[in-house]
Amino acid sequence: MLRGKQTWWFENRPVIIGAATVVGPDEGDGPLASCFDLVHPELDMQQKSWEKAERLLMEQASDFAIRNAGVSKEQLQFYIGGDLLNQIISSTFAARGLGLPYLGVFGACSTSMESLALSAMLVNSRSARRVLAGVCSHNCTAEKQFRYPTEYGSQKPPTAQYTVTGAGAAIIAEEGNGPVVTSATIGKIVDLGITDPFNMGAAMAPAAVDTIQAHFEDTGRSPKDYDLIVTGDLASVGHPIARDLLERSGVPMGETEFTDCGLMVYDMIKQKNIIQAGGSGCACSAVVTYGHLLKRIRKGELKRILVVATGALLSPLSYQQGESIPCIAHAVSIEGGE
Amino acid sequence: MTTKSAGHGSYKKIGMSPKEYKKFAKNREPSRSIGANCLRAFLIGGLICVVGQFIQNMFMHYFKMSETEAGNPTVAVMILISVILTCLGVYDKISQWAGAGSAVPVTGFANSMCSAALEHRSEGLVLGVGGHMFRLAGSVIVFGTVAAFFVGIVHLILGTGGQQ
Repeated sequence: MLRGKQTWWFENRPVIIGAATVVGPDEGDGPLASCFDLVHPELDMQQKSWEKAERLLMEQASDFAIRNAGVSKEQLQFYIGGDLLNQIISSTFAARGLGLPYLGVFGACSTSMESLALSAMLVNSRSARRVLAGVCSHNCTAEKQFRYPTEYGSQKPPTAQYTVTGAGAAIIAEEGNGPVVTSATIGKIVDLGITDPFNMGAAMAPAAVDTIQAHFEDTGRSPKDYDLIVTGDLASVGHPIARDLLERSGVPMGETEFTDCGLMVYDMIKQKNIIQAGGSGCACSAVVTYGHLLKRIRKGELKRILVVATGALLSPLSYQQGESIPCIAHAVSIEGGE
Repeated sequence: MTTKSAGHGSYKKIGMSPKEYKKFAKNREPSRSIGANCLRAFLIGGLICVVGQFIQNMFMHYFKMSETEAGNPTVAVMILISVILTCLGVYDKISQWAGAGSAVPVTGFANSMCSAALEHRSEGLVLGVGGHMFRLAGSVIVFGTVAAFFVGIVHLILGTGGQQ
C-alpha cells in the first residue's frame, strides 16, 4: 500500500524466513567475521576469473539462504537479484543455475535494499509466496570495471572506498518465523555535482538524506522510532556529511543510533591501509544487514531498524566524459517478528 | 523554515547548489598530506634509482660494459623486478605507500602493462592480454612521443639539438 509520496507500507508483514552471507578474506578479517555463513580465504576462490568468483559467491549465498530458511528451491516463486557488473552478469549467471523466474535489478550499491523492497512488495501483494532476494559484489571485478587493474600501483586517496567481496541473500515469505519487513521508501536520483569517482561517499550522502527525510515524512515516524538507522556505504567521508545535512534539515538523528555499513564491515584501524574510507559495493549493506543486523533482531537486541542502502549510479564512461555522479538511496524498515 | 522534531509535516530540503555542496563536502574531507606524500615519493623513487644504479655498476664491473652499454640491460632487469613484484601482488601495496615514487620510474610503466595483462588474461591472449596491455601505458607512449616531437622542434629552432 502506498503511504505518502514514495513509501510502500507492507500491511501483510512479509517475513525474512532465512538469510545467508558469503564473504572474501578481507571481510573475514573484519569485526563481523563470525556473522557470515562462509568466509573464503582467497579472493579468487579457486575460480579462473574474478567474474566467476563473484558468481560463485552469489550461488553459495542463495544456496545457504534456501537451506537456512528450511525450504526447498521448488517452494520459491521468484528471484530478484543484481550486482555491479555490466549487464548484471553475476546475478544473471547465478539465476541460470537456480532455475527460478528471475528479475534483474540495478541500483549500484543500493541494489541490496532495492531487491529486498521489491521482494517484500511481491509477497505483500500476494503476487508470490516466497521470493529470493540477493546481491553480490567482488572487489576485483569492481576494480577491473570501474577503476584500474587490481595489481596496478596507483595511490588511492583517503576518500576512496573498498568494494566488499561478498554476497547476501534473503528469502522473503508471507508467513514464518523471522524479522518482518514493514515498509520501504524508494529514493529519487539526487545529484549535487560531485564528479570524483574516488569520493562516492560525498556524492551519495545527499541521496541518503533525501530518502531518510522522505521516509519520515511519508510514515510519520521519527528517528526515535528506530533502534538503529544504517546507511549502506557512505563510509568515513560520506557518513558525517549525511549526519550534518540531516542536522541542518532539523531531523533529530541524535534520538537514535545512526551509523553506516561501510564503517562496520572492516576494522577501521587495522585495515585502514587497504580500505581507506571504508567499505562499499552492493554486498556491503547486504552482508551487514543479512549477516549481522538480522541476527541482532532475532536475538531481540534490536526491535526496529531502517537500512538505507546508497548507490552511485556512475559508469566508467560517464565520469570520463566529465559527468557528475547521480546517486540514489532506498530505505527498508525491518522489525522483530512476534 | 518548516523544520520539525517529530511526527508530521515536512523537513527542510537540502537546498544547496552543486557549488555550495562541493564546498560543504570539501570541508569534511580528510586532508591529503602533500608534504608526507612528496617525502615518501622521494624516498621510494630514490631507492628505486639507487637499485638501478647498483645494477648498472654491476654490469659495468662484471661484464666490463661501458656506462652506455650497461643502460639497456639495467632497464631490462628493473622491468623484470617490477613484473615479478606485480605478479606476486606486492607492487600495488608499495604504490599505496609510495605514490608517485613507484609510479614515475620505469618500474611503474612495467607495472601498468603487467597488471593490465594479468587482469585481462581471462579474456584470452589476443583480445584480452594483447588488446588491454596498453590500456594504461598507451597514453604514456602517446604523450611521450608528442612531448618528444615538440622538444625536438624547440631544439631545432634554438639549434641546440644533436649531440654528435
